[in-house]
Amino acid sequence: MPRRWAITAAAGVLAVGGGLVWAAADDAPPVRVEHHRIQVVDGPDDDQRVTLDASFFPPVGHRSAPAVMLAHGFGGSKDDTRAEAEELARAGYAVLTWSARGFGRSTGEIALDSPDYEVKDTRQLIDWLARRPEVQRDPGAADPRVGIAGESYGGAIALLTAAHDPRVDAIAPQQTWNDLAAVLFPNATGAQPRTGVFKKLWAGIFFTAGSPDNGPGPAPSTACGRFLPSLCEMYQEVAETGRPTDEAVRVLRRSSPAAYADRIKAPTLLVQGQTDSLFPLDQADAGARAIARNGVPVSVAWIQGGHDGGDQETGRVRGLVRDWFDRHLRRNGQAAPPAFAVSRTGGIDSSTQEVVIQAATASTYPGLRANVRDVPLAGREQTVFNPAGGTPASVSALPGLGALGALDGLGAGGMLPSDIPGQAATFDSRPLDRPLHLTGAPTVRIRVSGDEDAALFAKLYDVAPDGRAAPARRLAAPLRVEKSGEVTVTLPPMDYRFDRGHRLRLVLSTTDMGFATSPKPAAHKVAVVSGLSVPTVPALHTPGAPLPGWVWGLPLAALALAAGLLVQGRRPRRDSPDPALADVPLQITGLTKRYRNGHLAVDDLSLRVEQGQVLGLLGPNGAGKTTTLRMLMGLIHPDAGEIRIFGHRVRPGAPVLARLGSFVEGPGFLPHLSGRDNLDLYWRATGRPAADAHLDEALAIADLGAALERPVRTYSQGMRQRLAIAQAMLGLPDLLVLDEPTNGLDPPQIREMRDVLVRYAATGRTVIVSSHLLAEVEQTCTHAVVMSRGRRVAAGPVAEIVGTRQRLEDAFLEIIGEGT
Amino acid sequence: MGTRTRLNGDGPATAARRETVPTVRRTLPLRVEAVRQLRRRRTLVAFAILLVLPWVLVAAFQIGGDPGREAPGLVTVATASAMNFALFALFVSAGFLLVVAVALFCGDTVAAEAGWSSLRYLLAAPVPRARLLRQKLVVALGYAALAVFSLPAMSLLAGTVAFGWGAVELPTGGTVPAGTALGRMAVIVGYALVSQLVVAALAFLLSVTTDSPLGAVGGAVGLVIVSNILDAVTALGGVRDFLPTHWSYSWMDALQPQIQWTGMAKGTAISVAYSVVLLALAFRRFRGKDVVS
Repeated sequence: MPRRWAITAAAGVLAVGGGLVWAAADDAPPVRVEHHRIQVVDGPDDDQRVTLDASFFPPVGHRSAPAVMLAHGFGGSKDDTRAEAEELARAGYAVLTWSARGFGRSTGEIALDSPDYEVKDTRQLIDWLARRPEVQRDPGAADPRVGIAGESYGGAIALLTAAHDPRVDAIAPQQTWNDLAAVLFPNATGAQPRTGVFKKLWAGIFFTAGSPDNGPGPAPSTACGRFLPSLCEMYQEVAETGRPTDEAVRVLRRSSPAAYADRIKAPTLLVQGQTDSLFPLDQADAGARAIARNGVPVSVAWIQGGHDGGDQETGRVRGLVRDWFDRHLRRNGQAAPPAFAVSRTGGIDSSTQEVVIQAATASTYPGLRANVRDVPLAGREQTVFNPAGGTPASVSALPGLGALGALDGLGAGGMLPSDIPGQAATFDSRPLDRPLHLTGAPTVRIRVSGDEDAALFAKLYDVAPDGRAAPARRLAAPLRVEKSGEVTVTLPPMDYRFDRGHRLRLVLSTTDMGFATSPKPAAHKVAVVSGLSVPTVPALHTPGAPLPGWVWGLPLAALALAAGLLVQGRRPRRDSPDPALADVPLQITGLTKRYRNGHLAVDDLSLRVEQGQVLGLLGPNGAGKTTTLRMLMGLIHPDAGEIRIFGHRVRPGAPVLARLGSFVEGPGFLPHLSGRDNLDLYWRATGRPAADAHLDEALAIADLGAALERPVRTYSQGMRQRLAIAQAMLGLPDLLVLDEPTNGLDPPQIREMRDVLVRYAATGRTVIVSSHLLAEVEQTCTHAVVMSRGRRVAAGPVAEIVGTRQRLEDAFLEIIGEGT
Repeated sequence: MGTRTRLNGDGPATAARRETVPTVRRTLPLRVEAVRQLRRRRTLVAFAILLVLPWVLVAAFQIGGDPGREAPGLVTVATASAMNFALFALFVSAGFLLVVAVALFCGDTVAAEAGWSSLRYLLAAPVPRARLLRQKLVVALGYAALAVFSLPAMSLLAGTVAFGWGAVELPTGGTVPAGTALGRMAVIVGYALVSQLVVAALAFLLSVTTDSPLGAVGGAVGLVIVSNILDAVTALGGVRDFLPTHWSYSWMDALQPQIQWTGMAKGTAISVAYSVVLLALAFRRFRGKDVVS
């Protein structure tokens, strides 16, 4: 059945769109994995044997391919990078993952990515890779083509290994440190870590909860898990005083890429988090600028999340890393990625309730102090108090709080209490006359005076026109001022848009939950002596978010399907009028109609009606009279045969139907409209000139009087009947077809109707009447056609059909009897 | 029956020569179809409900007082300004009331004619089938659009009277000045129209398939209900993206500090794709149909 077919096809096409997506996802080729225990020797004197737990993933679909080493984050193991490893192996890389010493099933103790320990281990892993036949080799004895990627702790080992081993061809460190001393003892005045403020919360997490205590090795020997005892002692000393020792700074520096940045010659992709109070954006900035000085390609990407939480953009970051290795390891002509990319929150996708992330890109990395704009700050000198014991402390960033950061960007944040009254000085700008997009680290010069050393925390807030203030980012820049003096403070680097009408607020607070502050109560006077110097990067450009292909494809496919549906079922039209029949009102030839239920309603019917005839169409119920009339009106498609009116073939909507007036199977009116409106609108619907309607003559036949203005739903059966006959006579059609016209009429009206029909035919027009009332037909009709079971059983002048019998009724019954 | 009936007019000889072809293209003018539908009780009732509803909501807010501010959402800022109120009115009616209104205008248009038997006389007038559907579709969509448009329009008026004209307060925080907000309102109403297109198309297809107006309207509304239920089954994952109602509230993306077009683009694609196919099926079905009503 064509209709069924069409609907099924439509559903099928719509379903295919969804099906393809699944198929693509399930189509991933299998990845093999080999587990290895790799023996390495490290330590300052190369005398410590360590067994590293490693997994090797041979490349899928290649005999030999560049290798990628995936390093895990602090507290993790090689299992963390398995999914990414499989992806890369599927993309045709040989991948090595391993648990660093002191983590997972590897032996040894944590040495904080020290060149004496972890870096030596990693170099021996490169030696191991060089022996694998699956790994592509660069010219040279044991130089595999290898890249290293990793997050946090694993990012630093990537940087440090690249600094110590020229065989590394590309690195993609993410969310990692450049200078570990500056990370743990930051000082926003630019002074040395020796005077920095201890990042106690993060350091504590790092050193105590850092390593799982369920490893297979010997039980943890120190309070800080599997750390080297010397590192543990150093931490405990520092944590107690809140001040770093020179030795601590030296040790931390030794584990910092900053110390060896001039030796990193591998193309470097640095991914850093905007929601990261542990390794803020300035870490990536310092690394990027130092490595770029070596003349190697460097790209910087700022993602939304970070160590504080938030959207880690895993999929996008993996894509960036893959592209980076495609370009610098596989060297397959992959286009250079943008030198600088910043993820910005664009809003919330209402269908997924997820924050929309858009990447703004620029072709050069501008650093943190580009296109500086000066924003004047107002506010007199204020006194802030350091509470005894350092509590209660204000809250800027906390691990895990980062998820709120994205909401801050939409103006919904600020629900968290952040500053304690009396502890914070605030300085506001004037409302902005145009939006200001800060990208980088703002600076401001302040004057501090007091009797004690002051540790202050500089933060930037966004103040809405209604006065609500929210942190631009939940980040604080700690600074230490010795007693009194003027310093230039560098605020936390960030990417943040201040809207028109909003104000920038600089907050200088004496406490912060994340940092060690003095327990000694103190008062400091704080004043700004310069405006806020705000860096901007107008070159950052956000390409429109790409829409999935189906957004364009689906409507186009639907259009094609729709066109197919409309074209496919079209019936051929090759009708030409028959000039020989131009004066024959009606000729039916071989007409056949079988309904879908199998009932043969009309069977090979042929008849011809001449002008001026009043033809009676007779037959018992079910003889096919009404079906024939419906086909005559173009309502039903005949299965075979044809109907011609004045030589024109009848089809649905054929223009010649304008010459047919019909009343079949009862009236059809709009019940809410009056009789007059019904006729008026019906005539206007025919599109013919109002003058041709002969409305008055038709209304006279209806004879409804005042009822004509009443809604049709108030009419009696007879009134509707008359109105319907009047409608059929509108425009005085040349062929008038009436089905049971006298139903519901009283005897005088029946008589009048008879006269009307006779007179109508007398003008040369033609009338076809179907009726049960044989007496009526006998009195009205000149000719008759008798149908039975869909066939014509008699036809001719009424007188002929009656013949010798007394009445038409007798003849009819006789004929019907013959027919059966 | 009038006894003095005269049936003169043109004789059939002249009538036979009259060219009848050009008139077919002028059959069932839009104005005629619009008038035929306008005076119907269901048209008037539908518009009455849509035009009174904003005032009922205003009264509700006046009696119940200002909504609380604890949760973000359109209701908490509903009384902030006329446009906030209009957005709220749209939000509460988009899921069902407007669906019913649209389904009513598009689902009833052909089925009701079939029910009154007037369809066969229109077809025999003759109005070509494709043209009849086209004219009816245009008028039905016109009324449906007017319905979708009239609710926020009246809400703006009622809101201005009750809460004053002013900047729009966004549910996520922040405000948008009235001028910008009016543009966004246009985007929202435009998208609401597009997203109802699939309801209109399905109602129209059912309308040519059945002789029962109630069946056509109910069927279209039923689709929306089923689609919403399936949409709530999160286990279906990405398949839900292709449900006809999945994106029906994407217009709220225009209420963020920066308009998000992605959801509305996807919703438009889905709605247009379904509608085009459903309408093609309607035309195809009607073209080959035996009209026996």
